[in-house]
Amino acid sequence: MDFSVLLTDLPTLVAVIVGVPAVLAAYIVGGEYLVRRLPDKARPAVRPWIWVAPALALVAGFLVLPSIGTVITSFQDKHGNFVGLQNYATQLGGFPTGGAWIAIRDNLYWLIFYTLFVLAFGLLLAVLFDRVPYESVVKSLIFMPMAISSVATVIIWKFMYAYQPPGQPQTGTLNYLLNSVFHQDPRTWIQDTSPLLGLIPINNLALIGAAVWGIVGFSMVILSAALKGIPGDLLEAARVDGAGEITIFRRVIFPLMMPTVVVVGTTLVIFALKAFDTVYAMTAGNYETDVLANRMYKLLYFSNDNPGASAVAVILLVTVVPVLIFNLRQFRAVEARR
Amino acid sequence: MSVAAATRAESTAIRFSPQWITERISGVVLHIAVIGLTVAWVVPTAGLLVTSFRTPTDIANTGWWTALSPPFKFTLDNYSQMLSASNLGTGFFNSIMISIPAVIIPITVAAFAAYSFSWMKFPGRDWIFLALVGLLAVPLQLTFIPVLSAFNKLGITPDHLTSMGLPPYLGLWLAHAGYGLPFSIYLLSNFFRALPSDLFESAEIDGAGTLTVFFRIVMPLSVPAIASLVIFQFLWVWNDLLVALMYVGGQASVAPMTVSLVSLVGSYGQNYQLLTAAAFFSMIVPLVVFLSLQRYFVRGILAGSVKG
Repeated sequence: MDFSVLLTDLPTLVAVIVGVPAVLAAYIVGGEYLVRRLPDKARPAVRPWIWVAPALALVAGFLVLPSIGTVITSFQDKHGNFVGLQNYATQLGGFPTGGAWIAIRDNLYWLIFYTLFVLAFGLLLAVLFDRVPYESVVKSLIFMPMAISSVATVIIWKFMYAYQPPGQPQTGTLNYLLNSVFHQDPRTWIQDTSPLLGLIPINNLALIGAAVWGIVGFSMVILSAALKGIPGDLLEAARVDGAGEITIFRRVIFPLMMPTVVVVGTTLVIFALKAFDTVYAMTAGNYETDVLANRMYKLLYFSNDNPGASAVAVILLVTVVPVLIFNLRQFRAVEARR
Repeated sequence: MSVAAATRAESTAIRFSPQWITERISGVVLHIAVIGLTVAWVVPTAGLLVTSFRTPTDIANTGWWTALSPPFKFTLDNYSQMLSASNLGTGFFNSIMISIPAVIIPITVAAFAAYSFSWMKFPGRDWIFLALVGLLAVPLQLTFIPVLSAFNKLGITPDHLTSMGLPPYLGLWLAHAGYGLPFSIYLLSNFFRALPSDLFESAEIDGAGTLTVFFRIVMPLSVPAIASLVIFQFLWVWNDLLVALMYVGGQASVAPMTVSLVSLVGSYGQNYQLLTAAAFFSMIVPLVVFLSLQRYFVRGILAGSVKG
């Protein structure tokens, strides 16, 4: 390890830590100085723009304009000639296994199973933990994986899924349990494309499982907060009326938590559609575990196919649009209630 | 009153009556379920941690759980080997160099913008804010190719920046700033708008200017909101793989730890003594941040559960 980098880099770091806020503050103060020179009436019209300008410039430069650029590129060939829908035809031709279809199929698996599992586990943990006195401790333990990177999560789970041929001692936790408790042959988990219950290939489920493990704390925390927001009187009244705990959950708690479940669900849908880290680190998209985000990366870096990669990115955007519209509606509804 | 207290039915049953026994049993089942689920959640991390202290022979031949019974033989060799055999050390410094500015830049920029969105009037304000909310869901993939080519054209590549005497991380800082802004503005605006308007009116009557109100009143009141945003953005950047891979993926001298870790997975796929030590090494900083500032982290999640 070369520690000399520290000597050159640390001053840079200090310069940034002190410099950036200082420059911005100077910009705002300087702007205010100029605004004060203006006639009284013009001030409130000019000042807001000075305050939002740096943010708008960054957002325009890194999000808005590039997005437009990508949409344009997706209709061009490598030399910038307009080719209509040709890139999309390449990506979406060859159904069901050609082009981007394996990735689209797997994104669909992520969309359904990742979202459902995270919501179900989050709800289960929130409700169970709410009834024990050591709630905060167990919550922290479930929540901890949220803090670590998906790459570290993948290494943790690669090791959980580790495989040795039958007959040899199994060092992977899951294969050990499978072997010694259920007396079955070990599985290769992340390479096994055979479907589980005819629903989803085992390896896709294995990848999704690792990601679910990492994110459940997120839904648990939010759902738990919603649960605690339910007035106790309501539950008391239901209990006095002779309702059982399960009925109370189904008829009182769950309906009241539904709006929160929906909000968390839409966020998870976006996570599922953007899934990348887990797939990239675990299988690099091999063994039919590809997803759109990983396919885009491969097209860009291994095939140098910018138009194809752009088309995949736009397909990804299109899949997100329904959630995006839902979020905007939700936001406006909340605004209207303000 | 917490739901826990309300849901736990007060026990009125007489000792050893059938009802009393059912209540006890369901209590025991509850504890078993809670502890069982928690243990299941902790086992993967525990396995990683234990394995990182075992010898390569042991790792290859026996399960990690066997190390929990005597004779104990743990070693630190994996860690020293991991640090010398990989560029994880460099990755660690790069992660620090990338994360800190990538937190400071967007949050300071967002603070001014959010204040303007919350307490100033200008034409198009609500539409621009709505657009920012929409941007929260837009996949970053959509931006990579044009930003990459712009970086190349403008010379914002690690090599060129170094040759100009500028920090090679500049591109990543700016990209993370741009990507983090919609969420930062959204979160801070929600907080600023919740401040009572009397605060601003009385300050105006006192003749305080916008600057005074912002720096003397709004900022000090916003410390908790900013703290949770700082932690959020820090963990997001520290754990980011995708953005780093895109903009500095090929350059180990500039790439953050997630990139060195993922290349380790590629080159040492089955070498679990190295991988587990490296993974745990990469988890130290986020875990320390998480354990010491968990409260703010949770608050950040609750305040804006839409970060993409």
